[in-house]
Amino acid sequence: MNALNRKDLLDIQSLSKDEILLICKTAKYFKDVFTRDIKTVPVLRGKTVCTLFYEPSTRTRLSFELAAKMLSANTINVPVTTSSVVKGESLIDTVRTLEAMKADYIVMRHAASLAPHFLSKNIDASVINGGDGFHAHPTQALLDTYSILEKRETLAGLHIGIIGDIKHSRVARSDLIAFQKLGAKVTLCGPPTLLPDEFKQYGVDMTYNLDELLPELDVVNMLRIQRERQKGSLFPSIREYNLLYALTEERFSKCKSDVIIMHPGPMNRGIEIDDAVADHPNSIINEQVTNGVAVRMAVFYLLAGGAPFQDEEGDISK
Amino acid sequence: MKIVIKNGRVINPATGLDDKLDLVLQDGFIATIDHNIHPKEGDTVIDATGCLVLPGLIDMHVHFREPGREDVETIIGGSQIAAKSGFTSVCTMPNTKPVIDNQALVRFIIMEAAKGPINVFPAATITKGAKGEEISEMGKLVKGGAVAFTDDGRPVMSSIVMRRALEYARMFNVPILSHAEDTLLADEGLMNEGLNSTRLGLKGIPCEAEEVMVSRDILLTRLTGGRLHFCHISSAGSVELIRRAKKDGIKITCETAPHYFSITDDIIEEKMSMAKMNPPVRTEEHRKGIIEGLRDGTIDCIATDHAPHSPSEKMQEMEYAPFGIIGLETAVPLIITELVRNNNFSYIDAFSKVTCNPAAILNLDRGTIAVGAHGDITIINPDKKILIDKNFIKSRCKNTPFMGMELYGSVEYTLCNGKIVYSRV
Repeated sequence: MNALNRKDLLDIQSLSKDEILLICKTAKYFKDVFTRDIKTVPVLRGKTVCTLFYEPSTRTRLSFELAAKMLSANTINVPVTTSSVVKGESLIDTVRTLEAMKADYIVMRHAASLAPHFLSKNIDASVINGGDGFHAHPTQALLDTYSILEKRETLAGLHIGIIGDIKHSRVARSDLIAFQKLGAKVTLCGPPTLLPDEFKQYGVDMTYNLDELLPELDVVNMLRIQRERQKGSLFPSIREYNLLYALTEERFSKCKSDVIIMHPGPMNRGIEIDDAVADHPNSIINEQVTNGVAVRMAVFYLLAGGAPFQDEEGDISK
Repeated sequence: MKIVIKNGRVINPATGLDDKLDLVLQDGFIATIDHNIHPKEGDTVIDATGCLVLPGLIDMHVHFREPGREDVETIIGGSQIAAKSGFTSVCTMPNTKPVIDNQALVRFIIMEAAKGPINVFPAATITKGAKGEEISEMGKLVKGGAVAFTDDGRPVMSSIVMRRALEYARMFNVPILSHAEDTLLADEGLMNEGLNSTRLGLKGIPCEAEEVMVSRDILLTRLTGGRLHFCHISSAGSVELIRRAKKDGIKITCETAPHYFSITDDIIEEKMSMAKMNPPVRTEEHRKGIIEGLRDGTIDCIATDHAPHSPSEKMQEMEYAPFGIIGLETAVPLIITELVRNNNFSYIDAFSKVTCNPAAILNLDRGTIAVGAHGDITIINPDKKILIDKNFIKSRCKNTPFMGMELYGSVEYTLCNGKIVYSRV
């Protein structure tokens, strides 16, 4: 079939450690491609990639679109707000329409968890999950893993903290699985209303106290806090959240000197992360965006049946 | 014309009878029960060798969608499915469009059902428009033929309205069927709250959303002396609360549905919206608690909560698909497979939950085998294996999580009011 042995990329759970590493190694090669002058390679020539985003997104959609374009695919973006979806068309009918137009890849972001899984069971096109509800965001986890691997040779032995609204975060769910598969120790941190006990099933550590945790961490992954969660009484105010869980300059000063600072974006500067930390040399937040394109090129390439590159071409540690 | 049922194992949970006997049905009633009855010329003979001969089964919780969603199911269509599934009496829930909150609508259901094969007993709403604000015209509804009151699909959230309903309904000796759910605590959840909901990123409904309301309604029953019956109990905690209340002498009854003793939320990832129902299927611990509640009699009845939804409604993102699964056709196979075969229930115990117990709660003169009783009989081959697939499921809606499963227990014949209303072959 292909090197990943699957039609769809739906979640991170179903990828093995070796498959995650394969995607990262392939991404390394594509990063070299698209950071050079002539950025296009003909991997997906003649193929059609549809981006179907049922939730607002700038960076993820652009990242997928750019990745597909640099692989020479025809790309179509279906803007959900102006399409027949607003006329009440169901997801399955919308996608069957795209299939009738011979779309080969459907990249979907959806507010409902498992929507891409539902889709993949009912259509032939390849489905790539661009984030579903609170459930999974596999390409984010892959690009986060890749970004850490660029800085450190391995994740084994690293202590990675994921901080913020864990409960409603597909990034947290996917990241912690990927990081653990590669041997990292993961600690989740947030207020109890946003950090349910059920996360213990993953074998992670959990704490409500960020100040105690920070000095231990090799990587700090800050999550975006949604202001609307306050209305559901999940925390009393943005101010109090900032007081307890923001990565402020002062807290940053207690971190290890070579700590890596990450954020999946978009950031609420001054709420969960201070400007000075976001823009600090230890922050790889912008590099994450660049790497996102490379990782998505790698995913398309491998799903399209591309052969794994030899180690010397794609060895991430070089 | 007479129908003679020969060579079957007659089981009557109402009396504890379990014996190889023959029956004669005549003019709509059971005329004779005896050993070795010899049919006369012209009699219809049913050979029930190897089969259980049971009182016609009673399902006290079905949704037939008429009036309002005749595209999904109708009273006659649903009745035919019930007959095929071994049920001769059903109680229809009133959350149709419009809701059954006046006498004319109760009469409409009874008139429509008269054209169908089985007995249909309508429930009417507790409150006008099922809005939970003012109690409905219970006296007129009972005169029209309503056998119970419920706002099923939603709870009566106001404790004072529920109190008044329990008090007022006392004069009619008709039960209030409680859909026990604190909707605020359920907080628009989609499935059981726990490990699976966390892993799948789906909003959870804690079992406490049910248990809080079970507790409230137990206390309101103590306060009012009303007749309260809990619908579709799904949690081990609810079972424990009801067990304790019964021990304390509070007069309550309850039902569960076959899915709560057969499956857990481990099935959600695969079946998605096909396993989405409210209350949701929970964990193994709860499933075991439900089975123990059935075993010790804390749970009085098994009702299907048969809830057809069209394919297009269910073929959606799980979050947007409606709650509910069909249950009639899988009920007997699940009772036989899960309770009798896997958990060693006697036939008497297992089938009391769908015969004499619901009959007593709804004040029906059905659910028993006796000379002079209504000729409602269900004949089941408990050893016959069946595959739940698109051929087996005859309901026009196929929203069931049991699709693809192999179960035991085949309904061979259903007789209602002395007539054969279904035969498998």
